[in-house]
Amino acid sequence: MVGITSYGAYIPLLRISRKLISSATGWLGSASALPGEKSVANYDEDSLTMAVAAAADCLTGIEREKVDSLYLASTTLPYRDRQGAVMIATALDLRPDIRTADFSNSIKAGTTALLSAFDAIKAGSAKNLLVCTSDCRVSKAGSNQEQSCGDGAASFLLGDNNVIATIEGFYSVSHDFVDYWRTEADRFDRAWEDRWIRDIGYSRFIPEVITGLLKKYKLNIKDFAKVMFPSFYPREHAAIGKKIGAEPNQLQEQLFSTVGDSGTAFSLMMLVAALEEAKPGDKIMVASYGNGCDALFLQVTDEIEKVKGNRRGIKKHLASRKDLTSYEKYATYRDILAVDIGRRGEDVGATQLSTLWRERRMILGGCGSRCKRCGTPHYPRQVVCANPSCGAVNEMEPYRFSDRKGQLLTYTSDSLAPSLSPPAIYGIVTFEGGGRYNFDLTDCDLESLKVGMPVEMTFRRKYRDAVRGIHGYFWKATPPRA
Amino acid sequence: MADGIRDKVAIIGMGCTNFGEHFDKSAEELMVEACMEAINDAGINKKDIGAAWSGTCYEETNIGKSSITLSVALKLPFVGSTRVENWCATGTEALRGASYAVAAGAHDICLACGVEKLKDTGYGGLPQNEVQWGTVRRLVDSNQTAPGMFAMLATRYFARYGISPAEGKRMLAMISAKSHRNGALNPKAHLRREVTVEQIVNAPIVAWPLGLFDCCGVSDGSAAAIVCRADIAKKFRPDPVYIKSLQIATSSGVEMLYDDDWTHVESTTYAAARAYKEAGIKNPREEVSMAEVHDCFSITEAVTMEDLQFSGRGKVKQDIESGFFELKGTLPVQPDGGLKSFGHPVGASGLRMVYEMYKQLQGKAGQRQIKNPKFGLTHNLGGVPSVNVASIAIVGL
Repeated sequence: MVGITSYGAYIPLLRISRKLISSATGWLGSASALPGEKSVANYDEDSLTMAVAAAADCLTGIEREKVDSLYLASTTLPYRDRQGAVMIATALDLRPDIRTADFSNSIKAGTTALLSAFDAIKAGSAKNLLVCTSDCRVSKAGSNQEQSCGDGAASFLLGDNNVIATIEGFYSVSHDFVDYWRTEADRFDRAWEDRWIRDIGYSRFIPEVITGLLKKYKLNIKDFAKVMFPSFYPREHAAIGKKIGAEPNQLQEQLFSTVGDSGTAFSLMMLVAALEEAKPGDKIMVASYGNGCDALFLQVTDEIEKVKGNRRGIKKHLASRKDLTSYEKYATYRDILAVDIGRRGEDVGATQLSTLWRERRMILGGCGSRCKRCGTPHYPRQVVCANPSCGAVNEMEPYRFSDRKGQLLTYTSDSLAPSLSPPAIYGIVTFEGGGRYNFDLTDCDLESLKVGMPVEMTFRRKYRDAVRGIHGYFWKATPPRA
Repeated sequence: MADGIRDKVAIIGMGCTNFGEHFDKSAEELMVEACMEAINDAGINKKDIGAAWSGTCYEETNIGKSSITLSVALKLPFVGSTRVENWCATGTEALRGASYAVAAGAHDICLACGVEKLKDTGYGGLPQNEVQWGTVRRLVDSNQTAPGMFAMLATRYFARYGISPAEGKRMLAMISAKSHRNGALNPKAHLRREVTVEQIVNAPIVAWPLGLFDCCGVSDGSAAAIVCRADIAKKFRPDPVYIKSLQIATSSGVEMLYDDDWTHVESTTYAAARAYKEAGIKNPREEVSMAEVHDCFSITEAVTMEDLQFSGRGKVKQDIESGFFELKGTLPVQPDGGLKSFGHPVGASGLRMVYEMYKQLQGKAGQRQIKNPKFGLTHNLGGVPSVNVASIAIVGL
C-alpha cells in the first residue's frame, strides 16, 4: 500500500478583498471583478517560506530523521539556480543524505511531484518522501491574475506504512497549451485571451483527464466521495462538475473565494481540505491543471483518524485571518510599488556564502547548541557553555529551536528600523526547555503583544539584497495561529 | 598584588567642543579644538605628551582606522598614539589607556581624545546595524536599532514592577525633563531647550514605549584629557583632579544566553562594584556627590540608578519623583545635560562626562555648579542591555 501518510498546509494570515483590489486598479478596465477575497503572503513570505510552513505542519509529531527524500513544486521559486527543495530540507533540519528535487515550469507540477513521489516509494527508492507545493505569484497591477491568484502551500508525506490515503490510480494528459507564459527575463506572466483559456483549457482538459481516469480504472464518477479540480472562475467550476456527471455535493469547495488560485498548490490544498473531512473507505479524485492535467484517485484508510485534527491544515489556517486593508501595502509586499524605506535601509551588508554554509544549521536550520555536560541549550550555537557553574568547552551538540514553543520575555515596536512593513516588531524569546534570543516578530501588531505570551517560530525571508542577488532567510517569532 | 590605579593618575587639563550638528566642521577640526583646549588648560606643550590614545567608535563616520588621524591633525611629533574602540565606552577606554600608561610608569604625561562625526551618515540615529556585530549576528539578529533594544528594557521593567505604560512613560519623562533643564544651562550642550513632561509623554514614538524625547541627541563633537603622574600634578596646576577608579566590565554572554531578566544591566553592576572598591567607596548613595551616566535612553538612566546602587531594585521611581537626582537634589545626575541634552558623539561621550566632573570639582561649572562635590562618577554603556561594555570612572580632589 503506497500513499499519503501525513498532510499539512499553509495559508498566510493576510487576506485582501477583491473589491479592494478592484477599487485600486479596476479603473484600468483590464480585469474582471471577482467575488470574495484572496490570501496574501506577508512582506516576509514567499513560496519557499510557505512551503516550509506547510511541511512543518505535515511533519507534526513525525520524526524528521525519517524523511529520506524531498520534492518541491512551485513556479515562483526565489532562485533560478539554487534548489528550493534543498533549502527547505535545510530549514527543516532534515538529514543531508537525502534526495531532493524541484518540479517547476507548470502549475500542474504539484501533482506531478506527488505522482513522482508515488513512483519512488513504489520502486523502493524512498521510504518517506516529503512533497511540498507552494506558489506566491506576482501579477501586474490591474491584471486578471491579480484578482484570481492567491498564495498558499500544501505538503504531503508519502510512504508505504501507516498510509492514511492510498494512491490507487492516476492518469495524465499533456498539451502544449500556452495560456500563460513567462520567459526567463519576464517578471510577470503574459496571457492569451481569457475566453479561450476558459473554454478550451479548463473546460476541455479537466473533463478529458477525469473521464480518462474513470475509463482506465473502470470507475463511475458516482464512486467518489469527493472530486476536486481547479477552475478558471467559480461559475466554470460548477459547469465542469456537471460535464463530468458529478453531483454538486461531490465537488470539493475550490477555495477560490477564500484563498484564490495558488498555482501548483491549488488542487493539493483542496486535497488537504478533503482529507480533513474524509471518512475511512472514501474514494477521492484530485485533478490539476497546467499544460494539460494530472488526475489521481485515492482511497482513505482507517489510519486517517490518527492524523485528523492534529494539523492546522486548511480549516484552521482559513479560520485564522486578518484583513489587509491597504492595496498599497499589498503592492509593496509584492514589490510592484517602489517605496522609500529611507537612507538607513540602503546599507545591506554582503552575505558571505562561506559563512552561510558553515552556519547553515544555525541560520536556515534554526539550530543552536546544547551542552552535553549540563544540558543547557544555547542560541546562537556556542563553543563554551554559558552556564557559569558548567563552562564546558567543545562539548556541544546541535539543538533545534525552530520547532519549540517559547514565551515573549520583552518586545518593542521600532519605527526607526528600516522595514517594508514598519514599525519593525521584535522581542526576546525564552524557549521552553531553555535558551533565549532576540527575534523579529511577524504576523502581529504591538497591541496584540504581552510580556509572557506564547510564541512559536516561523521561517521567513529576512532580507533581499537586490544588488548581489541574495534572498536571506531566517526564523521569526509569531503568536501561534491556532 | 595589584592595587588598582586610585590616586596614581591626575587629570591636569581637559577640553570639550560644543556638541551638536557640526555640518561645517571636520573631525580633525573638532579634535584639534578639544585637544588644544586640554593642552592649554594643562599648561603643557604638545612635545611633553608621552603617548596618546584616540577613541572613535563608528567606521561609518569616516574618521579612519588607527590614531593617525589624531596625530596628523595635531601634528603630534611622532608620539606613539593608538586608536581604541569599545562601543559607547570608547571615550572612557581612551582615558583608561592613557591613565594606565601613566600608572604603569611608562610615561609622565599622556593625551586621551575622543571624537565622532555622526552627522555625516545622512540619516538620524546611530549608523545602521548592518555589519557592526559581525556577519553571523547580522544574519540572525532581529531588525534592531539602539532605541528598540533599550525600549525592551522599559517593556520588561514596567511589566516586572507592575507599572502601567502611562505611569512608566511619565516616570521616564521626568528623567528627560531634568536633563533638558540642566542642558539648557550649558553653553556647550547640543539641545539647549527645556521640555515639559507633557511634551515628552506626547512626543512621537520611536520604539515603543520610548518617544522622541526618551532618546539622546545624536551629535558631532570631541573631548580630550591630559593626564599625568599624581606626584607631579601640582607642578601644572593647583587643582588637579585625581582618578579614583577606572573600571570596565564586558558582558560574558551569560546575560543573554543564560539568565538575563531584562530589567537591569549586569555588566554595570560588576563595573560599579569594582569601581567602588577601587575608589574606597562603601555607600555610593551617600558618598558619590554627582554622576554623569549613560542616558542613551531615559530607561537606561533609570535602571543605571539601580545598577549603580543609587536606588534600590525597583525603587528608582520614588527617587525620580522625589527629585533626588535633580541639580539641586541630593545626588545630581547629568548636571551638564547628559547624553540626552548635551548630545552623544559616541567616541567623545566618556571624556565629555569626565570634563563635567572635572569642571564641577574645580568649581568652574557656572550656573550648574554643585556645592562642594567630593566624588564624581561617570558611566558608559556600549552595546545593548544584554550584551555590552560598561565603564565607570570615579574622579575626586
